Amino acid sequence: MVKVKFFAALRERLQCAEHSVPVHAGESVAAVRAWLIEQHPGWRHELLEKDVLCAKNFVFVDLQEPVSSGDELAFFPPVTGG
Amino acid sequence: MKPVIRVQQHDFSVAEEYQRLTQASNCGAVVTFSGLVRELADTELEAMTLEHYPGMTEQVLAGLVEQARQRWQLGDVTLIHRVGRLTLNEQIVFVGVAAPHRKAAFAAAMFIMDYLKTQAPFWKQEHTAEGSYWVAAKDSDQQAAQNWQEDL
Repeated sequence: MVKVKFFAALRERLQCAEHSVPVHAGESVAAVRAWLIEQHPGWRHELLEKDVLCAKNFVFVDLQEPVSSGDELAFFPPVTGG
Repeated sequence: MKPVIRVQQHDFSVAEEYQRLTQASNCGAVVTFSGLVRELADTELEAMTLEHYPGMTEQVLAGLVEQARQRWQLGDVTLIHRVGRLTLNEQIVFVGVAAPHRKAAFAAAMFIMDYLKTQAPFWKQEHTAEGSYWVAAKDSDQQAAQNWQEDL
C-alpha cells in the first residue's frame, strides 16, 4: 500500500485528505493515479488537470516515478506561499 | 552553519531575527525580507488561511537554503514561514541572510524567495465577504524562479 495525500483546493474538490492505494512491483505514480480514477470516476477531471503536482516521500516527482509499498505520495495544485 | 528554518502559526520578531544574524564577525552584510498580507485589488480581504504539507515543507525550505549556499558565500540564514489564519498586514514570511559581502546577501535572499514561491508546498486561501477562494499561482513567479536557472 502507498499513502496518498491531497492538499488545498484539490483536497476540497475531492473531499478527501488521504487515501490508501494498493501497489504492485514496477508500478509508477501514473498507475496510482489511474487506480484512484477507477475507484472514484468523479475524480477524473481534477486528477488529470495538467498543473497538478506530485511528490513522493516529500520530493517532487513526475508520473513515471516508480512507487513501492510504504511510500507516501501527494497530489496538489501549484503552490502559492511566500 | 545550520540554517534556522521554522514553519509556525505564531508571529515572529524581525528585530530578534535580525539581531541573531548580526552575531558573526566575518559577515559584513545582512539582508532581510518580510512578506505581509496585503489588500486585494477588487474586494475586501477579511483574512487568509495558509495551508502547508508538514514534512515536505521543512525539507524543501532546507533544500533551498542549501542551494543558495552552494551558489554564494553565506553566513547564517534564517527562513520563517507562518501557517494558519492571518489578517491584513500580518507578517507571512521572513528570510534573513548574513554574508561577508552585500551582493551575495542580496542575491541569496532573492533566490530563496523566488524558489520558495514555486517550490515550497504552501497554499493561500483568501476569505472575503463574497466567499473563500484559493489563490492561483502566478506565471511571473514561475518566470522569476526560471531566471535563476538561466543565470547558472
